[in-house]
Amino acid sequence: MNHDYQYTPKNGFSKWLDKRLPLMRFADENLLSFPTPKNLNYFYTFGFILTMCLVTQIITGIVLAMHYVPNTSLAFDSIEHIMRDVNYGWLIRYMHSNGASMFFLAVFIHMFRGLYYGSYKEPREIIWILGVVIFLLMIITGFMGYVLPWGQMSFWGATVITNLVATIPVIGEPVLTLLLGGYSVDNPTLNRFFSLHYLLPFVIFGVVILHIWALHVTGNNNPTGIEVKDSKDTISFHPYYTVKDLFSYVVFLLMFCYFIFYNPNILGHPDNYIEADPMLTPAHIVPEWYLLPFYAILRAVPDKLMGVLLMFGSIIVLFFLPWLDTMKVKSARYRPLYKIFFLLFVIFCLLLGYLGAKPPEGIYLLLSRVSTIYYFAFFLVIMPILSRIEKPLPMPIGISNPAINNNSDSSGGVSGSPSYAMDSK
Amino acid sequence: MNIFKNNIFIFFVLIIGLSMNVNSAEGTTFKNLKPGFSFEGPFGKFDKESLKRGYQVYSEVCSSCHGMKQLSFRNLSQPGGPEFPTEMVKEIASGYSITDGFNEYGEPLERSMLPSDRFPKPYGSKEEAKGANNGAYPPDLSLIVKARLDGYNYLYSLLKGYEEEIPEDMDIGDLSYNPWYPGGAIAMYQPLYEDSVEYEDGTPATVDQMSYDVANFLTWAAEPTMEERKRLGFIVMGFLIIFVILMYLSVSRLFRDVH
Ligand code: HEC
Ligand code: HEM
Repeated sequence: MNHDYQYTPKNGFSKWLDKRLPLMRFADENLLSFPTPKNLNYFYTFGFILTMCLVTQIITGIVLAMHYVPNTSLAFDSIEHIMRDVNYGWLIRYMHSNGASMFFLAVFIHMFRGLYYGSYKEPREIIWILGVVIFLLMIITGFMGYVLPWGQMSFWGATVITNLVATIPVIGEPVLTLLLGGYSVDNPTLNRFFSLHYLLPFVIFGVVILHIWALHVTGNNNPTGIEVKDSKDTISFHPYYTVKDLFSYVVFLLMFCYFIFYNPNILGHPDNYIEADPMLTPAHIVPEWYLLPFYAILRAVPDKLMGVLLMFGSIIVLFFLPWLDTMKVKSARYRPLYKIFFLLFVIFCLLLGYLGAKPPEGIYLLLSRVSTIYYFAFFLVIMPILSRIEKPLPMPIGISNPAINNNSDSSGGVSGSPSYAMDSK
Repeated sequence: MNIFKNNIFIFFVLIIGLSMNVNSAEGTTFKNLKPGFSFEGPFGKFDKESLKRGYQVYSEVCSSCHGMKQLSFRNLSQPGGPEFPTEMVKEIASGYSITDGFNEYGEPLERSMLPSDRFPKPYGSKEEAKGANNGAYPPDLSLIVKARLDGYNYLYSLLKGYEEEIPEDMDIGDLSYNPWYPGGAIAMYQPLYEDSVEYEDGTPATVDQMSYDVANFLTWAAEPTMEERKRLGFIVMGFLIIFVILMYLSVSRLFRDVH
């Protein structure tokens, strides 16, 4: 993929360094001259946005941890101490709590992007799988972080979710005790959650490095789903995509700042400004908005164990996508049927998010069930069937050659050659 | 599918979507009154005179049952709050006393409070508080505005919303009827009546005025840094808007020759 470009050290020092630790070569090949398809649209900027989100969470998190006290009788007040007495503590804390929401918002868009353009298909299976690992770790990290302020929702959310573990036969009870450090959510739970909440982002960081490494082996997918053929299809990462990514990130930051500065508590639950009280159950226990779709799936079935399995299954199933959707044509742009089912899928996911905040009864329960069925059917039934029966649209020959490839059939895009003008910028 | 390609459009939809609080499922019995407060909106600032009066209402009425453990007297002179003069805050604080430390015989020492001290607690323990209020606990008010949906409008509505007439189909026992309280039956007796306080600045102390002032004060108390937040937000957003325009021009320029 690297064409004929070669990094050449320019001065004495970089020549000396290059022989010993080719750091500059590495940076040059991966960050500056890295050949990138020239037709990437704004959905492809979310990878950069996500990296910035992770960095923001880590930096603000480390500062918070300097003032936060992981003890049930002090945690809540220590957060208020951050908000009121620490210089710019309110800013750091609002950045961190709203940052978590922005992080999830970005990851959802990033994942839907992958689904739409078929980015999980050969040869990018590992990139996708590592992405799902990151997503799982993010969920665990976000969940544990939400427990730290020790508000009513922290406590009761933790109680409800950890209790799910107990539904697993045989090992459920002992695992739950280990997780809680006792028989109920209490000080030992808070301590271990804090410890893990501090650790996991660094684990995520490690997996992100693998994720990007794998990406740089295969190169980016692109909105046509047609593989890069030669250097006519690509432009260098810098300055093209560094600038485009940065632009997109600043737009994202504008939205992020709106929440931080003008509506910092709208994404959280008011009850979390009430200190945890194990004797007082809130009227409705709801998780953070980004976990609502999974919460809706959990409550869609009457059987608790079944609910737990489905909830975890809804993420586990993502690991198998590369082998559930075997259609060679990657991008939904050339798959009229898949496009419709994909849009339905997005709608049902949003619906699940809405339903997660509603009580599981009446019409809400019915809709949760329908959406849950669609969620799984999309992956387990619709994808394999479409892979067999769908007739893709005629495809261009390559990324920089818009002429239609006449012998394109369902193997389209893989054997074809270069392509298509920029579809958006 | 043009819309699908347009991220900016999607951002806006998401902002609007997210702003419609996902948690808005629970409402109070009644729709909150909205008297309109000076701190609302992106440039909102607190009305200092109202904050001062609000503190007076809190300290003369509510503080006999409700604590505010997150606040210290010194906060009252901080910028962005009621901004009482420092001397006055010293005087206010010294009106209360606290047992702090021991003398040489090991007896607890009582001293008058300093600006660095927290607001005094009305009760020694939660149990005592419940005992004195028929088993209901008067919650700490430092965060009450953030702890309720649409907090300050709710507070205002609640305080002036007590009604003598109890609906026929309701049996509320010893409780009071207040249609703004979820369920309608609240353990707090109506705390504010005409002239419950005599305002130092001569403002007539109607129930409406006191409710308004104390709602103002408690909003400030829940987030004393609000003015600072909005001020900084304006600078940051202003910078970002200029930056985003420059970035947009750079992108267009860069990709002009990419076909
Ligand atoms: C005589 C004691 C007493 C006084 C004085 C008093 N309260 Fe209360 N307050 C209570 C009790 C008791 C409750 C708990 C009510 C319940 O649980 O039903 C309460 C509850 C509240 C609540 C919580 C309502 C909710 O949504 O849960 C607010 C807000 C409140 N009071 C504000 C005030 C304000 C403001 C004042 C001063 C103007 C005040 N109270 C004066 C006893 C008092
Ligand atoms: C993957 C990245 C991360 C995510 C998704 C995340 C998420 C969260 C969330 C949702 C909260 C609760 C916020 C609130 O309601 O106030 C929280 C709190 C907290 N997090 Fe993180 N976090 C991340 C990284 C980190 C890191 C790296 C650290 C420390 C090194 C950290 C330290 C803390 C602390 C001390 C709190 C408690 C303070 C508070 O609640 O505001 N976090 N986190």
